Amino acid sequence: MFPIHLQLGARIVEFAGWEMPVQYEGLREEHLAVRRAAGLFDVSHMGEIEISGKEAALFCQRITTNDIHGVKDFQAQYTLLCNHRGGVVDDVILYKLSDENYLFCVNASNTAKDYAWIIGANENFQVEIEDRSGKYSQIALQGPRSEDILSGCLSSDMSSLKRFYFLPFTWNGMEMLIARTGYTGEDGFEIFLPWEGGPLLWTGLMESGRAHGIKPCGLGARDTLRIDMGYSLYGHEINDDINPFEAGLGRYVKMDAGDFIGRDALNKVLAEGVKRRIYGFEMIDRGIPREGYGVFKNGARIGSVTSGTLSPSLEKSIGMGYLTSDVALGDRIQIEIRNTFREARVVNIPFYKKDVN
Amino acid sequence: MVQIPDELKYTGDHEWAMEEGDLLVIGITDYAQDALGEIVYIELPSEGDEITKGDPFGAVESTKAVSDLYAPVSGDVVEVNEVLLDAPETINGDPYGEGWMIKVRPYDPSELKDLMDFEDYAEYVEKEMEE
Repeated sequence: MFPIHLQLGARIVEFAGWEMPVQYEGLREEHLAVRRAAGLFDVSHMGEIEISGKEAALFCQRITTNDIHGVKDFQAQYTLLCNHRGGVVDDVILYKLSDENYLFCVNASNTAKDYAWIIGANENFQVEIEDRSGKYSQIALQGPRSEDILSGCLSSDMSSLKRFYFLPFTWNGMEMLIARTGYTGEDGFEIFLPWEGGPLLWTGLMESGRAHGIKPCGLGARDTLRIDMGYSLYGHEINDDINPFEAGLGRYVKMDAGDFIGRDALNKVLAEGVKRRIYGFEMIDRGIPREGYGVFKNGARIGSVTSGTLSPSLEKSIGMGYLTSDVALGDRIQIEIRNTFREARVVNIPFYKKDVN
Repeated sequence: MVQIPDELKYTGDHEWAMEEGDLLVIGITDYAQDALGEIVYIELPSEGDEITKGDPFGAVESTKAVSDLYAPVSGDVVEVNEVLLDAPETINGDPYGEGWMIKVRPYDPSELKDLMDFEDYAEYVEKEMEE
């Protein structure tokens, strides 16, 4: 899809070994297009790992923290892979095709690590584990107008596809999976399709979306949109040494779902309580909190920033970080920005709430 | 094509300086604003602050990067372009005009000689782009 992005005037950066469009028209316009109309993202860099075989369901439960028992065919679930210490190997979306066939969508930078980890986690299960990342393009269509745009492009009504469900769909001879999922906090779709079909679908969606105000969006807007929602990004809010309870992802850990990897360690964490936890904050003083900046309270360092940005939807500087001491909503904290301490206030995550705006 | 006006002086950190009577107007170059991308935030000193040649006097943040601003000379800040605080994107649109940042009264006008002229800066930028 590289030539298409260049035609659109994209700024390209290298990310996880991929040449990725970071922005087209401008991050602010792209971000607001997704909140108000629609945006189109090429997320072909995301990894896809397929698990198939007689014991696929058992195995998927063994390696994930959420409960897969209630997941229906063609339903998707946000879940976590955890190591034996309870640290997060990756956060993933699990797509169930059948009891014997599942697809994990994983973070690009983690694809090789996840694949090796999943293979290593297979003690004796009758499953096949395949890295399908080279086979799939992935295009994300996000924003309130997404349903109309996709229905128009495919000449097929998508209104019956519910959030966190997906369906197989053949278009121009291509077999695709259309999922009503996303990473922006808006309604939208993520579409898996054969690698070579990416440009055709991209062009089709752009044409169908023109009258709706669609804009091509880069990784920059993808990041500010997910920060608005307080969504974790691997390598920032989560990593192999951070457990789901610290990360505010406890609701995706179901202790009674089965003997999944990491359960014993996480039970111990539950019994002992966490010493640090993710918090959101907004700046009172001027300045943008950036990853790595120190966070202080009453003169003592209590943590550091993991992600931060100037949110185009909120027109405020917001950030997240791990804070160690007892911090409560509304507390004043200070962020060290270029050797000065700037006032900030602890606020709820998500930062952005649809109904208020 | 990157614009490099003939009449300005330049630093290796991509600031420009222009003589205006006995003051020096300072901003960042077209190349710098283009490399930074969409500028969303700026921090500038206040009137009366001292700036020191080679030290940071402020910072610009784009959607991609944070970048310090380095003083081309030492001096007293006599005027600040406060429009930029609310509209930092002005720098992207007009880096040598409306996007000027501060006016400084230099302590030692001969420090200007240490800066690059437009030809040297053009060569410098070309090298940087090759890297």
